Amino acid sequence: MTGYILKRLLSAVPVLLGITVIVFLIMALIPGDPALAILGAYATPENVAKINRDLGLDAPLVARYFIWLGNMLTGDFGTSFSLNRPVIDEVLDRFSATLLLAGTSFLLCTLLGIAAGVISAAKQYGWADKGITFAVLLGISIPSFFLGMMMILIFAVELRWFPVSGMKMAYGGGGFADVANHLVMPAFALAVVATGVVARLSRSAMLEVLRQDFIRTARAKGVREGRVVWGHALRAAMVGIIPVLGIQAGFVLSGAVYIEMVFQWPGVGRMLVDAILKRDILLVQGGVVFVAACYVLFNIAVDVAQSLLDPRIKT
Amino acid sequence: MQFLTLLMRNRLAAAGGIVLSLVVLLALVTPLLPLANPDVTDTANRFLMPGAQGHLLGTDHLGRDLLARLLHGTRLSLAVGFAAAFFAAFFGAAIGIIAGYFGGRTDNLIMRGVDMLMAFPYILLALAIVAALGPGLTNALIAVAAVNIPFFARNIRGVTVGLAHKEFVDAARLAGLGHTRIILTEILPNVIPVIVIAMSTTIGWMILETAGLSFLGLGSQPPQADLGSMLGEARGALITNPHTSIVPGAMILVIVMGINLLGDGVRDALDPRLRSGALTRPMPATRVERKGTIPDQGDGEAVLSLRQLQTQFHVKNRIYKAVGGVDLKVAPGECLGVIGESGSGKSVTALSVMGLVASPPGVITGGAVYFQGEDLVGAPYEHLRSLRGDKVAYIFQDPLATLHPLYKVGDQLIEAIRVHHPVGRSEARARAVALLKQVRIPNAESRIDSYPHEMSGGMRQRVGIAMALANDPEVIIADEPTTALDVTVQAQILSLLDELRRERGLAIVFITHDFGVVAQLCDRVAVMYAGRIVETGPTEAVLNAPAHPYTSRLIACVPELGGGRRRLEAIPGLPPAVDRLEPGCAFAPRCLKASAACREGDIALEGPGMRAVRCIHPEAELEEGVA
Amino acid sequence: MSTVLKLDGLTKSFPVGKRLLGKPRGVVHAVQPVDLEVQQGETLGIVGESGCGKSTLARMLVGLLPPTGGSIEINGAPLDNADPAEFGKKIQYVFQDPISSLNPRKTIRQVMEAPLKRLHGMTRAARDKRIAEIFASVNLREEFLERYPHEFSGGQAQRIGIARALAAEARILILDEPVSALDVSVQAQVLNLLADLKAELGLTYLFISHDLAVVEAVSDRVAVLYFGSVVEVGRAEDIFRAPRHPYTKLLANSAPVVGRALTAPEGRETELPDPLNPPSGCAFRARCPHATELCAREVPQLSGEDHRAACHHPLDQSGAIETEVSSQG
Repeated sequence: MTGYILKRLLSAVPVLLGITVIVFLIMALIPGDPALAILGAYATPENVAKINRDLGLDAPLVARYFIWLGNMLTGDFGTSFSLNRPVIDEVLDRFSATLLLAGTSFLLCTLLGIAAGVISAAKQYGWADKGITFAVLLGISIPSFFLGMMMILIFAVELRWFPVSGMKMAYGGGGFADVANHLVMPAFALAVVATGVVARLSRSAMLEVLRQDFIRTARAKGVREGRVVWGHALRAAMVGIIPVLGIQAGFVLSGAVYIEMVFQWPGVGRMLVDAILKRDILLVQGGVVFVAACYVLFNIAVDVAQSLLDPRIKT
Repeated sequence: MQFLTLLMRNRLAAAGGIVLSLVVLLALVTPLLPLANPDVTDTANRFLMPGAQGHLLGTDHLGRDLLARLLHGTRLSLAVGFAAAFFAAFFGAAIGIIAGYFGGRTDNLIMRGVDMLMAFPYILLALAIVAALGPGLTNALIAVAAVNIPFFARNIRGVTVGLAHKEFVDAARLAGLGHTRIILTEILPNVIPVIVIAMSTTIGWMILETAGLSFLGLGSQPPQADLGSMLGEARGALITNPHTSIVPGAMILVIVMGINLLGDGVRDALDPRLRSGALTRPMPATRVERKGTIPDQGDGEAVLSLRQLQTQFHVKNRIYKAVGGVDLKVAPGECLGVIGESGSGKSVTALSVMGLVASPPGVITGGAVYFQGEDLVGAPYEHLRSLRGDKVAYIFQDPLATLHPLYKVGDQLIEAIRVHHPVGRSEARARAVALLKQVRIPNAESRIDSYPHEMSGGMRQRVGIAMALANDPEVIIADEPTTALDVTVQAQILSLLDELRRERGLAIVFITHDFGVVAQLCDRVAVMYAGRIVETGPTEAVLNAPAHPYTSRLIACVPELGGGRRRLEAIPGLPPAVDRLEPGCAFAPRCLKASAACREGDIALEGPGMRAVRCIHPEAELEEGVA
Repeated sequence: MSTVLKLDGLTKSFPVGKRLLGKPRGVVHAVQPVDLEVQQGETLGIVGESGCGKSTLARMLVGLLPPTGGSIEINGAPLDNADPAEFGKKIQYVFQDPISSLNPRKTIRQVMEAPLKRLHGMTRAARDKRIAEIFASVNLREEFLERYPHEFSGGQAQRIGIARALAAEARILILDEPVSALDVSVQAQVLNLLADLKAELGLTYLFISHDLAVVEAVSDRVAVLYFGSVVEVGRAEDIFRAPRHPYTKLLANSAPVVGRALTAPEGRETELPDPLNPPSGCAFRARCPHATELCAREVPQLSGEDHRAACHHPLDQSGAIETEVSSQG
């Protein structure tokens, strides 16, 4: 198993390099002088000189890539000119907030989605199935940012159950209760779409598995129906569900960008949007590379989970 | 045409289609409608409520007419969403087909690139593209299309790989077709439904995504507005003037919901598996809708006795009479062979005993199944379950498909024991090892921890047999247990079964299509055709002097080893479809002896003692056979 | 009689566990060097159990799989599939699964037209005429031409597959398990049709099957494959009646036959050797009751005149072991 994990980690190296190449190339699309493009409104002569020195911007494209890569490998993602702060510090601060939000949502969508999908499949064409199918359809059709706004209107403004914003964590204060209280609405709003997708997929994976011959074998042995569904069938269906959970984590992370805007959540998504609007290219670059790298590592964990579940995967 | 009928039959899809058509129509005629200019500001009349004079939906924070902005925004959002979906599908499909068809290095290279792109949470890629190109609707469109290309490419590649290895592609190659022609005429027509399904299920998503980028201020730029940027601008006044947010938000919801409903309908109508209704989950026990009187048990000696059993498949408005009144019985220690071709109903008969016929579409519609004197048709599920595997056990055909792929064989055996007997794990494990030894699996102590895929076909079937033996059942029903095996392995398994039944006095119902197997293993045999038994009797008597023309001609058309090169006795025609059975003998259309009487009325299964035949012109006079 | 198909040292190996760089982890020799000759107008049966390499062999013969080594000669010329249009006219293939060998989105007419158009460049009128002729010869009604594959039963679909192979007008047909997907009552119809066509058109067949009785009934000569090698080849009426290789004898004794008592021909619960780690010498020796130290040391070669077997201790006509030990081919 350790060998397998090491192997997977090793195989992530080219993917991570690929990510940096793609990000670098996209940024190289920006027309005009790279120093001016990167600095945008902050193109003071001192800044131009500094950035040309740091990033070797007068060098050819390939050399520039390796300078940039080398800097990142030593933990230097450059300086954000709009915030006047090292990019890596800002990204780390913001990413922890995003991780809290997206992580909670991911857990919610996994648990709720799989449960809903299994129930829906086991009670196919029953009332539970119809209800879940409709809720799922609604969930995947509503824009998460609109849902978030409606939740603010209903639960914060009308019912006053939860605060609109103003979480103290962002300013270094606030206890667990404060965080939890502010987390409920955005986490749910973010989880809705992903839950729908997971539920749909789990339902069809379960329907597929429940028709298999080995389910008939389990029934012919006299295994109780509850165990047939939640044991034999779900176990086999998870082989199809787990890889999608990996992709789904990317969707949750993506959706977090909108939710952070709506709920004023101090996460990395809001940081990126602000950075784009202020044309703080280094902050965008650093943020994208960092988050993508974390996502790659998460997907390795997903692969490892899959290999634990399925003995047919050679480890 | 068939596609449209199917689509319209799906009420939800039809509703989605109608809503979507209305929205699209509205968007198309928007420029012709007498609307206010959507971009003219009128700060004096800001935040008018819906229903205000001249502003049906009110005005926004700059006093612009919301209705006009909504319709123009819808137009823009739809156009961008559809365009993005089209580009993503076109390029994704092209990449996917090329990678999947050519395979090898081309595939490897392309798919590594695609994997690289999919290693990003997609919005990061979109944000990076927008960051480079600058905010704007066209750039948002490019970003959304670009990040979706990998999804299409991967999906289409998977389908293409499957198709490229299909035999009809090989056949086309041998018919002289080149690569381009094979891709265009053999692959593409089979991929297009998949592309359409993928598109119809992702257009909604694309609309949401472009709206999302606009919402963030990275898409359409003022004064031009799509639905997303309308929402984005309204966000500041969410609490004071919620209607400015609700109007565009609700519109997005309506559009995307309509598209999703329609998309699901399109998928269901195009997916052949869904069309045949195959994607339904079989219930824990076969549905029972018994009509008519319940026949009595008949012979008292039998441990298992089927009386006038009828099982049907109800698919849409067709009724397939898979089992049309079957009488069978098996006594302790006896081996009964049931022989027939595919579609003869032999397997359905076997599965009906313990209510294991997949339902839907299976329904037991008549007759009775007596096990130790008790009728099991319509018995409560919990009772049926307590008998399954304990008193009546099954061995199935393909041991790779019938064992759970993710559980160790030992755990599957232990489960079979512990379901019916409350013994501890270690005791159950010891029993499982003993069972594996009984079915002559070498190194049983270590093999118990193997997964099914680590064993050969013959070893897996031994596990299947061990599982059936786990609780010392009264009856074992073996449904073609050696059909999937090689002939040398089949011989091993058959002799094992024969030994076990003699050692343990098991009653076996053995389903097969092979006369050789029946001859070697079974005491008695029943021959099935089109859902009914046409002849039965002691094996030797039936094989030596078949009375039903079907039996005799079936025996004649199977070549037997040692006969040398020769012409075979073929039976003309095809077995009948069991949803359109004519009155009289089902074999009459293929029978040389058929007379007018054969085609009318029910012909009884009659004969002396253990011999019986369902024929008015039998090949031989029946003699009372002795088992 | 002339030799129309000649295989000389034909081999196929597949790399297993490919790596990005460097050598694969292992190599499976699906087909070991195979030498066979097929005469004009003959039916050569090839029989073997799953995994013996019979389908791999067949796919190589029609150019769907490139061989790793050895050569294939058709009518004296080496196999050359550079020009698919020329190649398709020499040799054709009938598939095991009749339904999946027809494109589900093409009508039968479109399926039938492809070889006529691509291989023979026929005009529309000529094609229609030819299709009508072929359909008559395989007993199919012309009204089937406008239908789609899913509307046919297995037996009908297999006739269509045969009709398509005939349309190419190749003289050699490779029949890869052509009846194993069919029910027995339909199987005989198709086998008889194949026999009729052969007599009528002077075709040469390579008939591949796992069913000994079927192979015996249709073939002039039979080759028995085990673990990628031909272990015995001889006349159909002799090979199972008086096998010389112990494996052939095992096969013949395993086939369930009416009137023969059930005995396990093999006492031990034996399995096929591991293809990734093949045994030395004779691949069958672990299952063979007559195996000696010689069998472990040396790979036996095919020997004999008319009825050849690759065995160090071949059985004589009565089934006993010959005393003479032949160690080379």
